[in-house]
Amino acid sequence: MLTIKNLHASVEEKEILKGINLQVNPGEVHAIMGPNGSGKSTLSTVVAGHEDYEVQQGSILFDGEDLSELDAEERAHKGIFLSFQYPVEIPGVTVTNFIKTAINASRKGQGLEDMPANEMLKKIREKAALLEIDSKFLSRSLNEGFSGGEKKRNEIFQMAMLEPKLAILDETDSGLDIDALKIVANGVNKLKNENNAVVVITHYQRLLDYIVPDFVHVLYNGRIVKSGTKALAHELEAKGYDWIKQENA
Amino acid sequence: MAYTEEELKKELETKEYEYGFYTDIESDTFPVGLNEDIVRAISKRKGEPEWMTNWRLEAFAHWKLMTEPDWPNVHYEKPDFQAISYYSAPKKKDQYKSLDEVDPELLETFNKLGISLEEQKKLAGVAVDIVMDSVSVATTFRDTLAEKGIIFCSISEAIKEHPELVKKYIGSVIPPKDNFYAALNSAVFSDGSFCYIPKGVRCPMELSTYFRINQAGTGQFERTLVIADEGSYVSYLEGCTAPSRDENQLHAACVELIALDDAEIKYSTVQNWYPGDKQGKGGVYNFVTKRGICHTRAKISWTQVETGSAVTWKYPSCVLKGDHSIGEFYSIAVTNNHQQADTGTKMVHLGKNTRSTIISKGISAGTSQNSYRGLVQVHPRAQNARNFSQCDSLLMGNKCGAHTFPYIEARNNSAQIEHEATTSKIGEDQIFYCNQRGIDTEKAIALIVNGFSKEVLNKLPMEFAVEAQKLLEISLEGSVG
Repeated sequence: MLTIKNLHASVEEKEILKGINLQVNPGEVHAIMGPNGSGKSTLSTVVAGHEDYEVQQGSILFDGEDLSELDAEERAHKGIFLSFQYPVEIPGVTVTNFIKTAINASRKGQGLEDMPANEMLKKIREKAALLEIDSKFLSRSLNEGFSGGEKKRNEIFQMAMLEPKLAILDETDSGLDIDALKIVANGVNKLKNENNAVVVITHYQRLLDYIVPDFVHVLYNGRIVKSGTKALAHELEAKGYDWIKQENA
Repeated sequence: MAYTEEELKKELETKEYEYGFYTDIESDTFPVGLNEDIVRAISKRKGEPEWMTNWRLEAFAHWKLMTEPDWPNVHYEKPDFQAISYYSAPKKKDQYKSLDEVDPELLETFNKLGISLEEQKKLAGVAVDIVMDSVSVATTFRDTLAEKGIIFCSISEAIKEHPELVKKYIGSVIPPKDNFYAALNSAVFSDGSFCYIPKGVRCPMELSTYFRINQAGTGQFERTLVIADEGSYVSYLEGCTAPSRDENQLHAACVELIALDDAEIKYSTVQNWYPGDKQGKGGVYNFVTKRGICHTRAKISWTQVETGSAVTWKYPSCVLKGDHSIGEFYSIAVTNNHQQADTGTKMVHLGKNTRSTIISKGISAGTSQNSYRGLVQVHPRAQNARNFSQCDSLLMGNKCGAHTFPYIEARNNSAQIEHEATTSKIGEDQIFYCNQRGIDTEKAIALIVNGFSKEVLNKLPMEFAVEAQKLLEISLEGSVG
């Protein structure tokens, strides 16, 4: 599904990613871990297609298609979703209005008509229930005055609505208390199936107790320096990132 | 017989007004320039009674002594008032009875805006009084309104048919010598709308006027007078569009609202005059005086969406004369490219327990300058006056400007005045967030701007709100990227 080959990327002429290789197949959950500044968020931003980030070498293929010429919105239409570490506020635009606009924009990009209003409403209700979101929340301005937990829950709600093929969750666990974490993880697990894939970016092992990865990768200094199974996450937890730093010093 | 323009000019210079040089003229545009004779000629051409002619002349006499204001935060080449033609009428002399008779080009303009007359008719019974190049060419729904005793017609017609109302109220809120442009308008106004709602009547439909500047080099001087008698209600919609022009066009309108005891007037405007091209060439100068007076327990609400014009100078105001009266001002002003807007309101609290609300949303893009200028004035007798003002500015890019000039004058200790202001910028992170959700940049901006303007858009009547949203999108097209 997602094939990243020798990816070098920079922002403001500073190279952050220095040769990433990653293969994600349908039905898989990957975790990308690593210390601060290792390039985790850059990787997700580059895959999502932020224009400030320049790919200097290598390629990103999605379902066999080279993404390099596609804008962020076109990548979204293909089924790539990024759950933001810091979701932005859009005052005056309700959660409902935003997701409606997003869904219909994606449908338009796929050559489909707008989703009928009743179908939209039904879907919103169903997905809101899945994430234990009440209807009052849906009429609030997007992320305005939301707590950390509400912001992340809203991200997963949008993911549930958009049903992407590939979901990248960037530090979704940050700012969440344990109850919110369980709700979010539970939501992700319910949305998972053999046709889609999830990439979890996290600093801590904690989230991986709830969203169990098939593969764990350790990112350090712009490269994946170690890959393994869930056991690797536990090892990291026990030894700390200094272990990686020393090995790669 | 037809005159050449030269002959016409010569005649104008030499002939005494009482001989009426204009009666034989087939050309429907007056020669350029302004003097007493032109003022008389306009009045005579419109078949006005003497009192009206004299009123105009008095205004003209004041105007001659006045100078153009230079305090607004706008910069432009001052119009040469002697280089403007002050009257222009469509060629057809008779009023149209049905839409079939209306100039197809005019209908085309409406169609381009997505608001054909047919659509208008269907839409919840909107009566439309089209002002095209200064003379009313079509009026609909008048019979329905007449049944309720509502008068909705052109101001020229009202001067002839309802002189007692016009005489009593015209200039009562905006005296001819109020300001430079109001004086000019009072002297040379060509046409406009008149509306009277009788005591206790709730106007059953939104009254709507579409203005359009049509002929190059013709100034547009509209005069609108709305009178809501005791306990009545009316919602009035005014929308403006102008086709592209290279030279600047002057638009100096006056709108007077009179809300008698317990009456309510809701006045909504969508202004989309030609803003000039991307280099700042051309565009309409929009110098407008709008003011309403509220008697006891009366309410006036101004709602405006200003997206057009090269230069805007406009402060729809409320004089809260009666006790317990209410004034409201809801505004969205969008400037793009080289547009300049200096707009806001004045809330003059004279009566006891008067209340006013000001919500202003300024959106600047390109190299435009957008200023809010507001005055909240509480007079000594205005016990317990209250005002709430909120002025928000949204910037797009690094080259535009937003300015806020709030003036507060409180001369009564019991006054409660609140002012809030914010300035924000459409962030690249907001755009990227939308992009990631599949929303392209243009649509993302529209979404963000609509969200920002929501409190004001919500105040517009439904069909106008949809149009206004479209207009915001069109006005900001290509402003980021």
